[in-house]
Amino acid sequence: MIRVVVQTAAFDLAGEMERLSQISENVGGMSVFMGQVRAQGDGLESLTLEHYPGMTEKVLTTLAEEAGTRFSLLGCTVVHRVGTMRVGEPIVFVGTASGHRAEALQATSFLIDRLKTGAPFWKCERFTDGRKRWVEARDTDDEAAALWD
Amino acid sequence: MATVTILYFASLREQLGREQETATVSAEGESVATLLSALRARDAALNDLFEQTPRIRVAINQALGSFQDSVRPGDELAFFPPMTGG
Repeated sequence: MIRVVVQTAAFDLAGEMERLSQISENVGGMSVFMGQVRAQGDGLESLTLEHYPGMTEKVLTTLAEEAGTRFSLLGCTVVHRVGTMRVGEPIVFVGTASGHRAEALQATSFLIDRLKTGAPFWKCERFTDGRKRWVEARDTDDEAAALWD
Repeated sequence: MATVTILYFASLREQLGREQETATVSAEGESVATLLSALRARDAALNDLFEQTPRIRVAINQALGSFQDSVRPGDELAFFPPMTGG
């Protein structure tokens, strides 16, 4: 059972977890990753996420399907926000449900590692002094994604 | 006319000052690299951008591809910097 959503609005963390937990009576464990906008000590005011409508949903759905098969998931939810978010606001929710903990924990790591470098999102940082900067991809993110090859 | 749509995202879109354009390709198709060479030869800003930006990615019909892949009339091509989601 896959749920993929790309939206500008904040998501309902409790509601997303509740939905996953009730997806099947065979669910024995769930794992959740939530990413949020981090203050970086250099006056970050907000983060704006741009994406490629159409491709984003396709990539996220393919990743969720792959996770479902590879880790025998009972449920998998990915909610990713786009638009402008301030420090402390949530950006992404990845939730997985499985019979036992190991599959859910691994699947969540797989999804967030792959999503960061494979789904067409781009972050632009805006600072309190008016500066603006596109976030550069990090090699460590590529390495994390490659560990799942 | 046999055309493809080309989309630019993030810093590429911003630096070029446009998010979309169309380009002509031969009816039997050609590689992304061939098409891009032709575009760069007639557009100095685009040429500079590709020279200055490392690791530009390409998607063909909303799937990641390579510069050796073929594009055919009607395809949607997109260029963008490495992705930074999550």
